[in-house]
Amino acid sequence: MSEELLRIDDLHVAFSTRRGMVEAVRGVTLTVQAGEMLGLVGESGSGKSVTGFATTRLLDAAGRVTGGKILFRGRDVTKLRGDDLRQLQGAAMSMIFQNPRSALNPIRAIGLQIADAILTHKRISKEAARAEALELLRAVQIRDPEARMNAYPHELSGGMCQRVMIAIAISCNPALLIADEPTTGLDVTTQKVVMDLLADIAAARGMATILITHDLGLAARYCRRIAVMERGRIVEEASPRTLFSAPKHSYTKRLVAASPTATSRIEDLVTREERERYATVVSRPRQEPAHGTPPLLEVRKLAKRFDQGSAAVADFSMTMAGGESVGLVGESGSGKSTTSRMICRLIDPSEGDIVFDGQSIGHVASRDFHRSPLRKDIQMVFQDPNESLNPRFTAFDCIAHPLMRLDGMRAGDALRKRVEECAERVGLPLDLLPRFPHQLSGGQKARVGIARAVACRPRLLVLDEPTAALDVSVQAVVLQLLDRLRRDDDIALLFVSHDLNVVRMLCDRTIVLRNGGIVEQGESRSLFDNPKTDYTRKLVEAIPHIETGEVLAAAL
Amino acid sequence: MVMTGLGATMVRAGRRLLSSLPALFGVLVFTFLLMRVLPGDPAVFFASGPNAGKEEIEQIRKQMGLNKSVPEQLVFYLSDIGRGNLGRSMMTGQPVLKDLRERLPASLELTLTALLIALIAAVPLGVVAALRPGSIIDHGVRLFCALGVCVPTFVSGLLLIYVFYYLLGLAPDPTGRIDVFTSLPPQRTGFLSIDFLLAGDFEGWWAACKQLALPAVSMALFVIAPLARITRASMLVSLGSDFVRTARSVGLSWGKVVVTYALRNAILPVITIAGIVFSTMLGANVLVEKVFSWPGVASYALDALLSSDYAPVQGFVLLMASLFVLVNLVVDICYGIADPRVSIG
Repeated sequence: MSEELLRIDDLHVAFSTRRGMVEAVRGVTLTVQAGEMLGLVGESGSGKSVTGFATTRLLDAAGRVTGGKILFRGRDVTKLRGDDLRQLQGAAMSMIFQNPRSALNPIRAIGLQIADAILTHKRISKEAARAEALELLRAVQIRDPEARMNAYPHELSGGMCQRVMIAIAISCNPALLIADEPTTGLDVTTQKVVMDLLADIAAARGMATILITHDLGLAARYCRRIAVMERGRIVEEASPRTLFSAPKHSYTKRLVAASPTATSRIEDLVTREERERYATVVSRPRQEPAHGTPPLLEVRKLAKRFDQGSAAVADFSMTMAGGESVGLVGESGSGKSTTSRMICRLIDPSEGDIVFDGQSIGHVASRDFHRSPLRKDIQMVFQDPNESLNPRFTAFDCIAHPLMRLDGMRAGDALRKRVEECAERVGLPLDLLPRFPHQLSGGQKARVGIARAVACRPRLLVLDEPTAALDVSVQAVVLQLLDRLRRDDDIALLFVSHDLNVVRMLCDRTIVLRNGGIVEQGESRSLFDNPKTDYTRKLVEAIPHIETGEVLAAAL
Repeated sequence: MVMTGLGATMVRAGRRLLSSLPALFGVLVFTFLLMRVLPGDPAVFFASGPNAGKEEIEQIRKQMGLNKSVPEQLVFYLSDIGRGNLGRSMMTGQPVLKDLRERLPASLELTLTALLIALIAAVPLGVVAALRPGSIIDHGVRLFCALGVCVPTFVSGLLLIYVFYYLLGLAPDPTGRIDVFTSLPPQRTGFLSIDFLLAGDFEGWWAACKQLALPAVSMALFVIAPLARITRASMLVSLGSDFVRTARSVGLSWGKVVVTYALRNAILPVITIAGIVFSTMLGANVLVEKVFSWPGVASYALDALLSSDYAPVQGFVLLMASLFVLVNLVVDICYGIADPRVSIG
């Protein structure tokens, strides 16, 4: 019925690296009809972005198409050169990138950047191009577009930058838009607004869109057809409904299981075969603390003001019992990381007090807290496993370091035994211990980070977005590990995250923060099922849902 | 926010200027003390002859104020500076301020011209090298830069004189700023090349430019390397950045991508380095000034130092420190104009 716009036929792309040629895409075949939105889903390294870059001819100098064809309206894109290619880029197909802030020229006003794109493909005056740019800013719903024409990217939020990027991409009405992780790194509410806008614009202008994403839920919400990629190949292609209710390929099964949904439990995140491999320890249910036990952590009226005077956090109070898990959620800028860092005693609060196990620690200066005997009781797992490990420490050194500093252990057999024990607890194979961080995968680095934090057997573990940089399948395993540690060792978890689905599964209680203040708190399941405030409702509704089999059946 | 960008830059510049005053004062005191601990007695040096009597030396000493204690001398010196009096040079017999005022334009003209030549050569070299990393052009630029750095300026200066004056006869006699027989234009800026232009004397302007060419080129050769290397490095970063990919994704022309998108971003660190290079050149160009008999401040200070003439050396150091502050200020302002992000932070 509809016309075929793009046909990728047995595409191979290879990169020349120091270790020789590496094939990133190994025989991808797919078609895109005019006006449709196709989801291209896969984890990092699956070759989904490389496929997109090969189609728009934006591969790095090291990358080369080694085989296959990319036919756009019947012409092979891989053979175009010079002016033919430039007429294609922007005018016939364009691209939207991950990380919108760095995708825009930091020292050029955004109005000029949009006009640059227009002037490349249309022979019109600068004034006319400027007027068109203004129209485009209106089309992507930027408030006060006249004033924003002269703004620079750093003066806009991430969501605004992505709208500007969309304006540039659609400036010459291309027939195909490739969106590479367009909302990764944006808040859930912003993500929804940007994606809705993108879908509306594509529908209104009849543009075909390829949505490249690692988020199955996002693809399911906006695409009629989803292609799943693994290691450079498309392993399955189906409608979202079929994909979720009856995945055929084992990788798709794993991916579907690992994607958290509104109803999934931690145990469901991995497929049955995998579960059997890990389920060596039978988790015992957590025992309720006896009535009248003092709380492990009590935070009273905590506030933090930075130099400019506005409060990043104000009047924050909470309590935590031993072994409890509490989620701290909110959009970026809500003060959740600041709060967690104050509780960890990495930064000093401006007001208020923190009482840990009956001792006031809020007034111990953060630079002296490393000498406090409570330092080993409060430990932290950081967001980026790549950045938070010392690149010159091996995995063994990383885990041994807190043991030597805080537990006073000396190098020797006892230390080696403790480190190996820690590695075993987090499921890190012992033969990886002599490796340096760059020799480990993202999931393995996350495990080292957790092993380091639990090495001294802390009673409170503060986790700042520990899985944000990980693929969903790795995230699933890490979440299971955290849940097991909590149950087995009775470690209290303060879990800072923007991913509400994850918080819902892992945390008994949830605190919703906005602009540095608590909006709502309560038992996780009831808070998410029946939010009391509009803000929480907006957050919950913005999560891309994966409709499970039962829901779909009910809908039919 | 955009409108106040320039204003914010000016406020920042003013604050920077104020905060550099203590450092300037420190430089002043430090040089004063340094000159006092250096060996050599100026009184002996300036006495009428090798067999001058003790009384005569004592007389000179008293005249110069050297019979007082060091703290007393410092107080006198500081109060003199406060009144704008840098003292009198024993060598030329003129006030130091007058000497410096006569010689500074010569140094500035030479250094600025050299920096301009260096930038005009270095930026395209760096860009070309970055566009084809690892190519023959890239290696050629690297070789050229290495040669520029490892050949001292006086050697390259002498080589240039040998080739262009002695062998080819293209360059004029390499002594001073202008032929002694040329009538000088009325002094307005002190920069001969500009003064000639203002006076409408094109023949004189051409002569001045020819005199300026060789010393400026030999100084420029020395600083092309750092400028070209930093241009190449920051251009590579710029070309690999996400916004250049965005520019390519909408099909912008090659020139627009390289110049408007990549180079304008890459030029920011070059501005900083150019400021540092300029300050260093101003003080370090004494060798070039000596080789070409250029009547600049650096050779003046060197002569004064060799004859234990305190006042000119102290005046020179103070001048250099002030210039350093000024140059940093100019760099700051340029940076604020070139990069809209700076005015925020």
